[in-house]
Parts: sequence; structure tokens; C-alpha cells
Amino acid sequence: MTSRRAMLAALVGGFAALATAAQALAAETRIAVAANFTEPAKEIAAKFEARTGHKASLSFGSSGQFYAQIANGAPFEVFLSADVERPQKAEADGLAVPGTRFSYATGRLVLWSRTPGLVDAKGAVLAKGGFQKIAIADPKAAPYGLAAVETLKKLGLYDQLTPKLVTGTSITQTYQFIDTGAAELGFVALSQVVNRPDGSRWLVPVADHTPIDQQAVLLKTGADNPAAKAFLQFLKGPEAKTTIRRYGYEVR
Amino acid sequence: MAEVLWLTLRLAGVTTLVLLVLATPLAWWLARQKAWWKEIIGALVSLPIVLPPTVLGFYLLLALGPRSPLMIPFQAFGIRTLAFTFEGLVIGSVIYSLPFAVTPIRNAFEAIGERPFEVAATLRASPLDTFVSVALPLARPGFLVAAILTFAHTIGELGVVLMLGGGIPGQTEVLSIEIYKAVEALEWDKAHQLAAMLLAFAFAVMLSLLLIERRAGRLRP
Repeated sequence: MTSRRAMLAALVGGFAALATAAQALAAETRIAVAANFTEPAKEIAAKFEARTGHKASLSFGSSGQFYAQIANGAPFEVFLSADVERPQKAEADGLAVPGTRFSYATGRLVLWSRTPGLVDAKGAVLAKGGFQKIAIADPKAAPYGLAAVETLKKLGLYDQLTPKLVTGTSITQTYQFIDTGAAELGFVALSQVVNRPDGSRWLVPVADHTPIDQQAVLLKTGADNPAAKAFLQFLKGPEAKTTIRRYGYEVR
Repeated sequence: MAEVLWLTLRLAGVTTLVLLVLATPLAWWLARQKAWWKEIIGALVSLPIVLPPTVLGFYLLLALGPRSPLMIPFQAFGIRTLAFTFEGLVIGSVIYSLPFAVTPIRNAFEAIGERPFEVAATLRASPLDTFVSVALPLARPGFLVAAILTFAHTIGELGVVLMLGGGIPGQTEVLSIEIYKAVEALEWDKAHQLAAMLLAFAFAVMLSLLLIERRAGRLRP
């Protein structure tokens, strides 16, 4: 009986040791990803896991909600935000590791419609009219929304179009408004429509609005996790950059 | 701020009125019908309790959108879509709060039992007369509960309005959306203030509900 128990203890101990060893080699990290970056993040995470053996567990949502969750102890270790402001604030509030913040992608704004021929290649439709509703993201919460407002103001059309504006609380919702046809056209992220050839679009020139930089930051919770640091390193690498560009972002 | 409050109260008020009118015959039918299959309708009415509001909102966005067959009769009058309008929100809220209106009224009707109706029949009251002078007065607490629940539920609803509204000031931007947007925009002070208001309101509603039930004699101390 005693020998059996000893054997059992040895077995359990052995497994525990094995598990610890494996953990040291291949760790897991939890990453909060801004919703607009969902598709490229999945692809990058798959490549990251294949190359490093680490595991990246991704959560998708709005940057604003993630920030609120992180500030209140959510177990994320890396934060891929849709803007610069929130990672900056995370750093200032002592939630992030200083000096780890960088721009991983720069978004492009596009005026898009499901209707072929509605949006011309120069965006003249905005001045011409012929639509009832135009969708943008909430400029206070979403950088793409702010960029849309800046573009409209630069064109001198903001006041004229205000009665026709409908606001999505996120860029995802804005896309849904247009995709369901509820709004005939609207400003979305190029990444959302880069893989669908239908409809009509105008790629807004970068000069028309402040750059839509998306920043990543290592959170304090992940400061000692090799997988979290490895992920950020991988995100800066050439393989990740190729993926990011393919999804309609620019990388500087 | 005042505009948002007024719009929120107006949406909840209109929704409650529409629902009381719609839910009364439905609840009456569900309460009096004997066949088992009436519960198929009962289950359909209860679906919004289970469906995530954003899912419901997304379906409504499709159903009230320009490509929906339901919208064809409206398009004859030049209305392209009911999304992003106050009317659209009322439709969404009515569907979303339907079970909260039907269930208390149905329960109240069922609690009356057969006896009063038999008495009314021996007095040769017509069915309409029986309904108006027997069923309605006896079910009054049920109506009160239904009205309060519907009103409160509409005030607190977020998902449907979020999907269907498009945040147009004075048209579709209600209190719960303001809170959501304040959190998103990192304006936590504003969010706290609005949430505190909502909390006080919700407490008042629940308290009055319990007091009504107590008066109706269902909760004896």
C-alpha cells in the first residue's frame, strides 16, 4: 500500500515537473485585440504559435471597453489598441510597461457603399448627394470616426451632411449599417472591405485626416511572461508586417 | 442632456402605450385558450427574454432595412428604411419588451379563475361586457405591473437601440446609449452620473412593483 502511494506521489510529482518545464519553454499569453484588427491578428497569432511554440489567446472587442477592463484588473498581457490615446493612457496610469509602446499598423479610411457606382473614385458623391444616410463611427470613441469627420470638414461638407449622419458606436457597427443597406454609404476601415470586391469605394487620401495609428503595448501583467514579449517582437517582424499590409493597413 | 432624458421617457412612454394595447388581447387569448398549442404562441412571445438584444437588434436592422420585403409597402410612401428613426426604435422596443407586458397580464387573467365568468354568464352578460366589467377590473394589478415593467425595461434597453439607432440626437440617442458612449470615450465621470440616475430610477421602479404586488395580496407578510 505504502509503495503504491509512493509510486503515485512520484508520478504526480513527475507530471508536475514536466508541466513546469513545458511552461517555461512554451508559455501562453492573453491578448486584447481591437475589433478592426481581428482577421490579421488571428493570422499573425497562428504564425506566431507555429514559429515559437508559445500560445496566444486572443480576445476581440472595442478599445474603449478593453481599456476599462484592463484598468480594473482584466488578465490581458498585451493590448493591441485601435488608437494611440489608450495605450498612452495605459502607460501614464501605470498599467503598461514604459517604453514598450509602438505603432503596429496605420489604418486607411475608405468611403464605401454596397451599391456599385454610387461612390466614385474621387469621393465627389459627398458633394453631389443622392443618398439619405451616411454612416460614420462615433468620432469620440473611434479613430476612424474622427478621421471621417476631419475628412468631411476638410472637404467643407461637414455642416451640410450633418443631418444625414448616422453614428455607429464602433467601426464594426458602422460597417454593419452600410452592409445591411440601412445607410447607403459610409466611412469604414479599408481592412474591413479590402477582401470584398463588390460595391463602390473611394480610398480617402492620407493627407485628409490625422493618421490612424494603432498602437500596441505590453501590460504590467505580462512583464514577466516570455510569450507576451515574444508576441510583441513577432508583431514587429517582417512576417507579421506582410500580413498586416495584406489586410489594408500601412506599416511604418 | 435634457433632450436625451426627454427622448428616453418618450420612447418608454410610447412603447408602454402601444404594448398595453397589443398585449391585452394577446394575454386574454393565451389565458382563456384551452388547447395545448397556444403555448407555441406563448413561447414565441417569450423569445426576446432569451435572445441577446444585439442579435435581435441586428435582425431588426435587416427587417427594417431597404432590402427587406417587410419594407416594400412603406417604400411606396418614400420611406426607405425605418432604421435610425424614432418609429423604428418604437417597433424594436415593442418586440423586445413584449414578454414583459404579456406575462403579467396573462397571469392576472388566469388568476381570476372560472367563477366570476360563470356568474357573469348567469347574469346574461355579453362576452364584451364580461371582459370590460369583470376581467379588466379584476386584472388591474397585472396591467400596472406590465406597464411599469415595460416602461423600465425600455429605459434600460441598450442592445436593440444600439444596433438600430445610429445615435441621432433627439431621434435615437437615448440614455443607455449615452452611458455606453461615455464609457467608450473614456468620459467615466459622465458615465457615473448617468448610471447613478438610472440606478435610482430602477430602484424606484422595483420598489413600486413590490409594493403593488403586496397590495394585490400576493405577498402577505
